[in-house]
Amino acid sequence: MAKFETVEVNTDVLICGGGMAACGAAVEAAYWAKKNNLKVTLVDKAAMDRSGAVAMGLSAINQYVDVNSGKNTVKDYVDYVRNDLMGITREDLVANIARHVDSTVHLFEKWGLPIWKDADGNYVHEGRWQLMINGESYKVVVAEAAKNALGMDNIYERVFITEPLVENGKCVGAVGFSTRENKFYVFRAKATIAAMGGAVHVFKPRSSGEGLGRSWYPPFNSGASAYFTIKGGAEMTCQEVRFIPVRFKDAYGPVGAWFLLFKSRATNGIGENYMETRRSELENWKPYGLVKPVPANLRNWLMMLDVMEGKGPIYMRTEEAIEKLSSAVTDDKERKKKLRELESEAWEDFLDMTISQAILWAATNTAPEEKPSEIAACEPYFIGSHSGASGAWISGPEDLAPKDYFWGYANMCTVDGMFAAGDGSGASSHKFSSGSHAEGRIAAKAAVAYAVDHPDEPKFDAGKIEELKKRILLPLDLYEQHKNASSDPNINPNFMKPKMYMFRLQKIMDEYAGGVSTNFTTSKALLEKGLELIAFLHEDSEKLAAENLHELLRCWENIHRTWQAEAHVRTVLFREETRWPGYYFRADTPSMKDDWNCFANCKWDPNTGKWEMIKREVEYIY
Amino acid sequence: MPSYVIPDKCDGCKALDKTACQYVCPNDLMVLIEETKKAYNQEPEMCWECYSCVKICPTQAIEVRGYADFVPMGASVTPMVSTDSIMWTVKFRNGTLKRFKFPIRTTPEGKAVPDGGYPTGTDDLKSPVLYTEPESTRCQDLPKVK
Ligand SMILES: Cc1cc2nc3c(=O)[nH]c(=O)nc-3n(C[C@H](O)[C@H](O)[C@H](O)COP(=O)(O)OP(=O)(O)OC[C@H]3O[C@@H](n4cnc5c(N)ncnc54)[C@H](O)[C@@H]3O)c2cc1C
Ligand code: SF4
Ligand code: SF4
Repeated sequence: MAKFETVEVNTDVLICGGGMAACGAAVEAAYWAKKNNLKVTLVDKAAMDRSGAVAMGLSAINQYVDVNSGKNTVKDYVDYVRNDLMGITREDLVANIARHVDSTVHLFEKWGLPIWKDADGNYVHEGRWQLMINGESYKVVVAEAAKNALGMDNIYERVFITEPLVENGKCVGAVGFSTRENKFYVFRAKATIAAMGGAVHVFKPRSSGEGLGRSWYPPFNSGASAYFTIKGGAEMTCQEVRFIPVRFKDAYGPVGAWFLLFKSRATNGIGENYMETRRSELENWKPYGLVKPVPANLRNWLMMLDVMEGKGPIYMRTEEAIEKLSSAVTDDKERKKKLRELESEAWEDFLDMTISQAILWAATNTAPEEKPSEIAACEPYFIGSHSGASGAWISGPEDLAPKDYFWGYANMCTVDGMFAAGDGSGASSHKFSSGSHAEGRIAAKAAVAYAVDHPDEPKFDAGKIEELKKRILLPLDLYEQHKNASSDPNINPNFMKPKMYMFRLQKIMDEYAGGVSTNFTTSKALLEKGLELIAFLHEDSEKLAAENLHELLRCWENIHRTWQAEAHVRTVLFREETRWPGYYFRADTPSMKDDWNCFANCKWDPNTGKWEMIKREVEYIY
Repeated sequence: MPSYVIPDKCDGCKALDKTACQYVCPNDLMVLIEETKKAYNQEPEMCWECYSCVKICPTQAIEVRGYADFVPMGASVTPMVSTDSIMWTVKFRNGTLKRFKFPIRTTPEGKAVPDGGYPTGTDDLKSPVLYTEPESTRCQDLPKVK
């Protein structure tokens, strides 16, 4: 076996991940742990300053309920989320986040995040729930508060969490490896929080050359939360509810500001607005098709119907929107000023969170006030915090959760001592950056309570740890053992490199599970064939080889992705209807059915290695 | 390419205790070649063009060349970061230049105070009221759900 020092870390609360949810968990856990003499440890595969989906910055805070102003209530937000997700939502979880999110946003401002204000000192809204920010350093600021709360001694950066430690149905920590030095880490903890984001590159992205990495969702989030919870034996929910955002084509620049702030329209290649010409299609998705705003997946769907009929390209009519906004100003000088302002706002929107889009505009000589820009549906992603819903099935809070949804501690999975937040927890969409942070805080307080209530030292069989170490380092050993069998390190009969493994996964998902190349369409027969091919891939994951630590990281990222893929395929297969047509379309069961007005959950049993599919009732709190 | 290092400008961060670009890249892409003490992007097709490495490089040695598989050549987008703002220079393919300056933070670096000055309204570990609440919600009590 490759020579790796084993480093043992004993702690009380372990936070896996360093993104928005993990940073929220860090500030909250630090406070309650100190009061109770407990230790908190955080582990991130990257550097917290710029790790996770907010690495580049963001230009908006997408969840702010603004309860204090009296304009909205928690229930208003829950209604919006439930309708957007076609009824399949845990209202208790959404409400819990919604009552805490304003608090988190106010903290962001205190920490130094510039939030736009109007002349009266009120926040500038992009839409009803969204605030405009100067968010280039959003993640830096949020990570700084987390680091100041925990202290760098309790933070491990560049350690990749590989596997959960679960003994007798209880999570007692995690293992991982350093991506910088030959060290294998064993973290023992009384309570563990999985907050390692969602997954991309499970499906084939639209660009497969140099632009492979330019997925909308960051290529460095690779399904670790899903893998961690599935492998620990936790019940998972909404694994079928992937997210396909519509963004500016190719560079995936955000469209939110254009639709909401600049009130732009999108039209097809012959100038028609699909939201109008295809309005009658919404009837087929009642009652959700008739609510305002139209659910994200149905907006996608109407656009895709145009595209499938050959009516593309689809354009964001930026020139029209800017003309409308500026012509409303009658004074010539004022109008020029307004134009300059709009131009700066438009560019900042990209520069703060999708710089590639600014490059693409500059490279195509695009001035938004002069010509429209193409938009398109991206590829499928797993991001339970945005407009998808995949994640672990967790307990609600005691004071809000229906009886069936409560088992002792808020945000605890069905595995004792294992908690999830952000993209890690399911059925609570639309939490975004701010709600994920708030949810991290909720999970952390509950995790501290769990650690206080269960003071037993976490134990895990030493022999099993050695086995895990051997398995985790196997790709390095395989490479060393067989590298001389071929002239090209990437082509060898005894092993496979992680990149080609990833391409194989993406091809399976793309062609059988409704990726870009089939216009997100699939069926029972296709999914069953896909599962057959995934089974081979699972077997071949034991043949993955790594030349160095970087490739070892890539091997494990792709193994994580494979489990997210399998949970997805199994659940799309289980749910015999089409409910989110703009996310995926089951050609053999093309409409929504009443008897599927329920959660489709799944669970992998660590003892038998078998999957179980479970229907769970949707219980609303309102 | 996406991000790339200009060898003449890279000094391997010799004045710092760690290689800045290697430290910051969220996707583990930047590495320092031991022999030459120059950094490079080891897997450009996995680059998100997040510019974290570009912004942090003390010698402005890192630039980004738009993805060749869909971006026409000749444009560039270059940041200059100061303690409280960022200045962007956008150069178009046709030579047009645009400059934008935006604030990035309102507090001095390193000074984010976790509780933001808000007191905690409860000692009860089992209460749904979080650290800094209810005051940080700007409501009297935790916002009502029903
Ligand atoms: C392009 C884009 C634009 C967005 N725009 C907005 C917006 O404008 N406004 C808004 O409010 N929200 C926006 N969001 C949503 C927001 O970014 C997410 O909701 C939020 O980041 C989710 O938080 P998280 O903690 O679950 O995941 P992340 O913030 O992504 O954090 C994941 C963390 O896990 C770490 N990690 C991953 N795997 C491992 C592992 N194996 N071991 C250890 N650590 C690991 C990562 O390094 C990272 O620290 C956007 C998201 C994207 C992708
Ligand atoms: S641009 Fe971002 S993803 Fe690309 S190398 Fe730099 S830090 Fe890494
Ligand atoms: S940060 Fe800049 S100077 Fe330092 S190693 Fe990287 S490229 Fe070279």
